[in-house]
Amino acid sequence: MPLDVYLNVAVGGVLTGLVYGLMALGLSVIFGVVRVVNFAHGEMMTIAMYIAVVLFSALHVDPLILLVPIAAVLFAFGYVLQAALINPFVRRPEHTQFLLLVALALIISNALLIIFGPDARSVQTSYALDSMQFGPIIVDTTKVYAGAAAIVVTAALFAFFRLTLVGKAIRACADNYTGALVVGLDVKRLYALTFGLGAACVGAAGTMAVLVIDTTPMLGPGYTLLAFVIVITGGLGSMPGALLGGVLIGVTEAIAGLLFTPSAKSMFAFGILVLVLLFRPQGLLGRRAA
Amino acid sequence: MTRKSAPPSARISRRSFVAGVGVAGVGAGFVAGTAPFNIVRADSGPLKVGVLLPRSGYEAGIGQDCQRGVDIAAAIFKARGLPELTILSGDTESNVDVARSRAEKLIGDGAQALVGSFDSGQSAAIAQVAEQKGIPLVINIAAAPAITEQGYKFVFRNFPTAPMILRDAFTDQKTVFGLVGAAPKSVVFMHVNDTFGTAMAKGIGAIMPKFNMPYTIAEEISYDPAARDLSVEVAKAKAANADALLVVSRLNDAMLLTRELVKQRWTPQAILSMGPGFYEDQYIKTLGKYANGPISFSPWYDPHKPLTAVLETELAKAHPGVNLNTNHVFTFEALLVVADAYKRAGSTDPKTLADAIRATNITDNVAIGPGISFDAKGQNVKVRQGAFQNRDGKLVTVAPPEAATAKPEWPLQPYPSRS
Repeated sequence: MPLDVYLNVAVGGVLTGLVYGLMALGLSVIFGVVRVVNFAHGEMMTIAMYIAVVLFSALHVDPLILLVPIAAVLFAFGYVLQAALINPFVRRPEHTQFLLLVALALIISNALLIIFGPDARSVQTSYALDSMQFGPIIVDTTKVYAGAAAIVVTAALFAFFRLTLVGKAIRACADNYTGALVVGLDVKRLYALTFGLGAACVGAAGTMAVLVIDTTPMLGPGYTLLAFVIVITGGLGSMPGALLGGVLIGVTEAIAGLLFTPSAKSMFAFGILVLVLLFRPQGLLGRRAA
Repeated sequence: MTRKSAPPSARISRRSFVAGVGVAGVGAGFVAGTAPFNIVRADSGPLKVGVLLPRSGYEAGIGQDCQRGVDIAAAIFKARGLPELTILSGDTESNVDVARSRAEKLIGDGAQALVGSFDSGQSAAIAQVAEQKGIPLVINIAAAPAITEQGYKFVFRNFPTAPMILRDAFTDQKTVFGLVGAAPKSVVFMHVNDTFGTAMAKGIGAIMPKFNMPYTIAEEISYDPAARDLSVEVAKAKAANADALLVVSRLNDAMLLTRELVKQRWTPQAILSMGPGFYEDQYIKTLGKYANGPISFSPWYDPHKPLTAVLETELAKAHPGVNLNTNHVFTFEALLVVADAYKRAGSTDPKTLADAIRATNITDNVAIGPGISFDAKGQNVKVRQGAFQNRDGKLVTVAPPEAATAKPEWPLQPYPSRS
């Protein structure tokens, strides 16, 4: 097979992986700080996708413009969710957190099914079927936009956590919960803020995802599982790890589909997960537990 | 005045009443005959028909399209003097296990016959339940041959099996190649990896050599019908440098596949589809000008049959702007088989109904072919398929010659020139 075929597929895999990474980033941020595993992660992404689809249908607003408003809506949703529903469960046994969030996931997906029906919905932008050509490489325009947006959002989040006082306070909560309480940080508010930021990441990822995939109410569980695979591969709690994990899974699926049978491409992503769990359980960029 | 009492022979004691009821019950059981578990059913009023379709999940678009065939049936049956049917709807959720449980539930809810379910895997599961419970099942759409090879007595299929589809597809492809004076020398064969797709792939290996086709298969690519991205699959197909694309797909993947062809700037000489997807209304409406050109080789309606015109009129009334297609026709015909059998049987008894279905001989139908009748396995061997092309939002029949209304257009118009 010619080299340009591999290059085309690899570039496509990197761009898809960046969107995967952005989605998984939200999960990683929430777990890294709040220590709650968000089992409704994929469903929250589906909410963002439907908001983008509805606004595009009603107002013909491009998802690229909707990225910030939808991320803001999901931020508010995540903030309220954490403050009102999840905070009481933060210090409870993990199985109760699991049940709470799985119940939430079921409620979201079934509510979407009732509201929007089972049909796949898509956003037909003017560039939906466009591609860019760089020599022998043809790149899907929508994937380029989605990948670029994923990099920008990740960089912004990274800067927020490194450069702002609130970001530093959230990191302090993640590093030492008791210490954060002792120095007078409002941990509950910071947890809600963190959950909101994680949800905003999912919102941005969902808004970008509508450019690439059709939206159905039952997308959630598949993406929740994918987010888990990515963050465990990259390192639970590590932001660069989430992005790296996303790209790694995206490229692995793409190349495996090309070299072997496409219907077995997910098998290779899970194969990487197994290898990471065996040889580097903390993930590629994760910190080993003390 | 004396009070006359009834003679001992005319008096009914509690014991004789109970004994009489018992004897009557046993007698009724014998009259009910061979109905499973000797359930006595009322023989009047509408027949309750459970219609199982994938109304949600990744096949939802097609399942809901099949429902349109149900929607138009009542008015046509009334006009033709056929008995009324009460439809009990069931959703298989595009899932084999759910299909099985929904079939059980519909029977529990009183369904006296079943119709469904578009998908081979789901239909096979429903067939097991129907046979076990002794309730007739008329399969609207499902091609896996094994379903009618199990020796079932209550399962009937008014749809061709995968080998029948392939036989007619190869015949019609040769007709099309002859009409346009061109043929691909190589094809990439892309197919879904579900029950139907796998059965078709196996069938191609077995049947294609017998037809001496002008092309070879340069690459075979199977994929998940619920896939959300087919970019790798299309890149692999494009790299094979084949002339045309031979496809066995569903709806969502057919749309994904076409989008990827456009994005990856590859216009094959032809898209030859041997399954659903490319002729679906949602495909045509979603893709607009990019939907033009694919030729589907599939069970189809005969545009020249009188009942076809009736269906088109009713569909236009119920769902304006929707093209009549395989989903409507075969779902309608499955109900037609049930209604026709119920009229002849005059009974809701499952065995009587199944016997009546087995004796079906409908010649005034919609699909291409001489009509509907079932062999000993419950398969309609008379059903014949056709070839039809997407053209400006419509579907025109191009083969076989007796059903054709237009000449095929060849090759595919390049995608970049359509923008």
